[in-house]
Amino acid sequence: MSDPPDAGGDVPVLLEARDVVRTYRLGSRRGEDPVEVHALRGVSFEVDRGDYVAIVGSSGSGKSTLLNLLGALDRPTTGVVRYDGQDVRSMDDRELAALRNGSIGFVFQSFHLLPRLTALDNVQLPLVYRASTVKERRVRALDALGSVGLADRVDHRPTELSGGQQQRVAIARALVTEPPLLLADEPTGNLDTTTGGEVMALLERFHRERGMAVVVITHEPDIAARADRRIELRDGLVLSDTRRDVGGGR
Amino acid sequence: MSLREAFRVAMQALVANRLRSALTTLGVVIGVLSVVLLVAIGQGAREEITGAIEGLGSNLLFVLPGDGDFGSAPARARFVAEDVDDLEAALPAGEGRRAAGYVVGGEQISADGARITTSVYGITAGYGEVVDREVARGQAFTASDVLTARRVALIGATTAQVLFAGSDPIGRNLTVGGIRFRVQGVLAEVGGTPFGPDRDDEVLVPLGAGQRLFGVSTLDAIFVRATDTTTVEADRTIIERVLGQRLAEDEFTVLSQDEIIGVVGDILQILTLVLAAIAGISLLVGGVGVSNIMLVSVTERTREIGLRKALGARTRDITRQFLLEAIVLTGLGGVVGLLLGIALARLAEAVSPLTAVVTWWSVALALSVSVGVGLLFGVLPARRAGQLDPVEALRRD
Repeated sequence: MSDPPDAGGDVPVLLEARDVVRTYRLGSRRGEDPVEVHALRGVSFEVDRGDYVAIVGSSGSGKSTLLNLLGALDRPTTGVVRYDGQDVRSMDDRELAALRNGSIGFVFQSFHLLPRLTALDNVQLPLVYRASTVKERRVRALDALGSVGLADRVDHRPTELSGGQQQRVAIARALVTEPPLLLADEPTGNLDTTTGGEVMALLERFHRERGMAVVVITHEPDIAARADRRIELRDGLVLSDTRRDVGGGR
Repeated sequence: MSLREAFRVAMQALVANRLRSALTTLGVVIGVLSVVLLVAIGQGAREEITGAIEGLGSNLLFVLPGDGDFGSAPARARFVAEDVDDLEAALPAGEGRRAAGYVVGGEQISADGARITTSVYGITAGYGEVVDREVARGQAFTASDVLTARRVALIGATTAQVLFAGSDPIGRNLTVGGIRFRVQGVLAEVGGTPFGPDRDDEVLVPLGAGQRLFGVSTLDAIFVRATDTTTVEADRTIIERVLGQRLAEDEFTVLSQDEIIGVVGDILQILTLVLAAIAGISLLVGGVGVSNIMLVSVTERTREIGLRKALGARTRDITRQFLLEAIVLTGLGGVVGLLLGIALARLAEAVSPLTAVVTWWSVALALSVSVGVGLLFGVLPARRAGQLDPVEALRRD
């Protein structure tokens, strides 16, 4: 009410995590007390429009859990995740689907392309889940593939593409809906350094040219160093949240 | 997701697993095929048999022993030859004779060294006229043939062929149950049915000769021909009055041709439905196969489901996709099974004496049931798919 850190106009911040706790209960065998695993123990931060954030941490630090929560694939045990001021926990299945479809573009480590579909059909996939015509979908998907430099590979299936090309198809799929937020989970994890660099450059280009907020989850320092802001997780808590100086490196 | 899009996705998935889809569909194909085929054969039998009853001539009244309850033990016939004469006298005159009776039994027939067993009818003089049984060649029985119980016989076309192997049987002798008869005519061919006795394979002898063969003095049944459909009820009243003078009410029953056709038709209809139900079980088994393979498909495509959810698919989008897949699978099976069933029914008709009649209701039933089976057995896998947790689903490798 009185102490928000941001300049606070009428427009709510794009993505807000407030005291987010996520606890998994394992070992539900009868007669046993379930073991509680505290993946996140109270994480708070905000991502505004046009941010470029790297979330880093060793394995087990809660990165993946956080990504699922930020991607509206999961709901926090306690605490709040808000998109445009809307609490994810209060959304029903239909609203969650609409949020994932319209506001978030996912890029996964293992690409998650459907092997049966051509590059074009893979890119069209998110558009299928919203009101759109066949023609409109095709035009937008071709446009997205063109912008990642794969205009000549539209009819190829994933198995006929290199790893870097596959990840570029996945990026095209993420941005075909023109979401305000790109969520990338270890986007370079399955790629060599050169290709990984190209993929990151591509993400950064869309960040720059289209003003998309980019959140990259990574354990590679090189990748994290490219972002404007670096959030480090350890044992389910935010260890540090640093913004790169405008003038120089970190 | 639009229905059209969901349909496209379902088709893609089915085509991607061609062999599996085909094998799964096979269960439904066999189920639908057997329903269509068995119903067609049952229906064919029904039309064949009711047709055969109609073929006895129109406007017939059947006088049968017993109280008409087919469930009870067969009653002993107590009709005698005089009943036929009394009826003939009491009924208003028409063209030719109006009443006829017969006694029937199975006997061994031999002639020229050939030996067969077939039905032997002892008939009254009016039999040929009343039930439309014409003599093709030779001489029908005269009143005196019957009155004096002469040992003469009329034989069916098939019987003539078997016993006399193409040579002219008229004037030749045959023995029925050891007693010699002279063949005096061959009956006109009526065409057999695959069910019941072959009406072209029978031997007719005068009533008295037949009664002596079987050692009885009664008739098994009496036929009365009404002059036209409007007099059937009036004739029934006369028959009941005449026979009622000598017989108790529960010792005979008068049935019109329509009533017999109705009863027989009902029995065969039930038989057809039982056949359809048994065939339906195989359709059900096919449905279980579809359910099974859909569950496998859901498990295999867990990651795809997770991805689709991450890209904005609602639970109902996923459910619909898998449900549609199941329905396309069974619907396709239904169409293929239907076509094969019709083809096999035609084939059965061509190569066997069976008649197969494909009815519109068996077609509608088979198609709607196969789609219904898809719906029923697709619901469980589809719901399971829709309710997958996207986090879990995406993590799966």
